[in-house]
Amino acid sequence: MGVGIEVRDLNAWYGSTHSLRDINLTMPANSATALIGPSGCGKSTFVRCLNRMHETNPSARVEGSVKVGDIDIYKDASPVEIRRRIGMVFQRPNPFPTMSIYDNVASGLKLNGFRNRKLLDEVVERSLKQAALWNEVKDDLKKKSGASLSGGQQQRLCIARALAVDPEVLLMDEPASALDPLSTSKIEDLIFQLKNEYTIVIVTHNMQQAARVAENTGFFLMGQLVEFASTNTIFTKPADKRTEDYITGRFG
Amino acid sequence: MSQPLSQIRPSKTNAWHRWASDHAITAISVLGTIVVLVPLVAVLFYLIYKGASSLNLAFFTHVPKPVGETGGGMANSIVGSAIILTLASAMGIPVGIAGGVYLAEYGAGTWLGAIIRFVADVLNGVPSIVMGIAGYSLIVVHQHHFSALAAGVTLGIMMIPTVTRTTEEMLLTVPHAIREAAYGLGVPRWRTILSISLRTAAPGIITGCMLAFARIAGETAPLLFTAFGSQFWPHSLNEPMAALPLQIFVYALSPYDEWHRLAWAGALVLISMIMISVGLVRYVTSRGQLKGGH
Repeated sequence: MGVGIEVRDLNAWYGSTHSLRDINLTMPANSATALIGPSGCGKSTFVRCLNRMHETNPSARVEGSVKVGDIDIYKDASPVEIRRRIGMVFQRPNPFPTMSIYDNVASGLKLNGFRNRKLLDEVVERSLKQAALWNEVKDDLKKKSGASLSGGQQQRLCIARALAVDPEVLLMDEPASALDPLSTSKIEDLIFQLKNEYTIVIVTHNMQQAARVAENTGFFLMGQLVEFASTNTIFTKPADKRTEDYITGRFG
Repeated sequence: MSQPLSQIRPSKTNAWHRWASDHAITAISVLGTIVVLVPLVAVLFYLIYKGASSLNLAFFTHVPKPVGETGGGMANSIVGSAIILTLASAMGIPVGIAGGVYLAEYGAGTWLGAIIRFVADVLNGVPSIVMGIAGYSLIVVHQHHFSALAAGVTLGIMMIPTVTRTTEEMLLTVPHAIREAAYGLGVPRWRTILSISLRTAAPGIITGCMLAFARIAGETAPLLFTAFGSQFWPHSLNEPMAALPLQIFVYALSPYDEWHRLAWAGALVLISMIMISVGLVRYVTSRGQLKGGH
C-alpha cells in the first residue's frame, strides 16, 4: 500500500546554484501527482530529493524535511533504506545490460542478498505482470538480455524492476519522454492501474499526460512551486497567472 | 540567403571525387592492416619453421641435459613459467583492479587519485630491467637468495599499472544511468560497484588483464635478477626456478646448435602458452553471454 508524502521547506543546491526554493506540498497516498514546468525549473531535482538521489551528486546539498509515511527520510533512515521503499523510474530506460530479463527484475532483491529461488520466481512473474510485460517476455526470461528489448519494453522492464522490491512510492522522472506514442499510452495505462496500490509522483513535459493520469498537479517555475492543486483546477481555473500562461502555451 | 543551395547540396560534379576518396580511404585501411599483420604472422611462421622440428615428447617431459648429451627438454621451465606467472597474476590482477576501482569510483578529482594515476603511468614506462633490479634489492638481497617468489612479486608489480589504468578507463565508460538504476533500488554503493559497474565493464577489464599477462609472460630481464633460472625441477617457491624466457635466453646465447634449436622450440612454446591462456580466458568469460546483451 502506498503512503503519503509531506514536504516542508525543502531547499536544494547544486554547488552554489540554488535550484529549489522553499517547497511545501502534501501528496496523498495511493494517487498520482504530476509535476509540470519548463526545462530546468527544478522538478527533476525535486523528485530526486524524494529518494535522496540528489545527494549522490558530490556538490549537492539539501535542507528541509520530507516525510514519507511516518518517517522523515533525511533524519530517520539511511539513503539505502529510503531507496528500497521509494522506487524510481528514469527518463531513459536503463536496464542492466549484462543481466537477463529475469535478473534485471530480480536485481533489487538479489543484490540485497535475497536467495530464495521460489520466492524470486514469484516476484519476477508478479512484477512483470504488473508492468504489463509478462506476455511479451515470458519465453525468454533467462535467455535474453534486458538490453535486447525495444525502448518501450525496456521502460516497462525498469518499472517491473522498481516494483519488484515492493516500494510504497514510485517516482517517475519523465518516464515516457523517450518513447513512441504507443509505448507512451501503455506506460500511462500502467500508471493508471498502479496508483491504486502505490503513491506515484510523475514528472512530465506533456500536459495532456498530466491531465490523463494525475489527481493532483504541481507547477514548478525557476525552482519554486508556483501552484499545487487538483489537476482539474490547474488546467481549468489556475489561481496563478504564470500557471495559466504556461498551460496555455504562452511560454515554456 | 548568403550561400546558394546548389553549392552545399551533393552534386553530380563531385561524384567522381567522392568515389575516389571513399576508395582511397578503404585502400589505406586495408594496407595498414596488412602492414601490421605481416610481421606478426611472419614471426609466428618463422618460429614454427625453426622450432617445431625440435618439439617432441621429451621437450615437454624432461629437464635440460648437460652440454654434449643429446635430448633433454624444458619441462622444468614450462612448469616454472606457469608457477611464476600464476603467482604474478594472483598478486597483480586483484591489486590492479582494486586500484582501478579506487581511481574511477572514489578517487576522481582527489589529489590522492591524481598521484596514483601519475605513479601508475610512470611505472608503466619503467624499463623492465629496472624493475628487476628493484625486485633484486627489495626481496632477493633481504632473503639472501634468488627465488620464484621474488620473480612473482616483481612481475606482479609490473602488471599493476596496466590493469589499474584499463580498469579505471573501462569503469568510466559504464553509463552513470546504470549506477543510478542500482542506487534507485536501494543497492549499497560497494555492491553496485562489484555487481553492476565491474560486471558491465568486465570485457574491457579482462582484455587489460590479458594484455598485462602477455606482456610479463615474455619478460626476461626481471627474471635474471629474481628467479635466476635452474636446470632442475622446481621444489619450492622459495628457491631459484627455471622459466621459459630465461632458458631461451641462455640457450640462444650458447655456442651449441642443439641448444639453439631448443631455444627456438622454447620460443614457440612460450608464444603458444600465451595464446592458449588468452584464448582460454576469452572463451570461458564469453560463455553465458546473453542474446542481445553486451
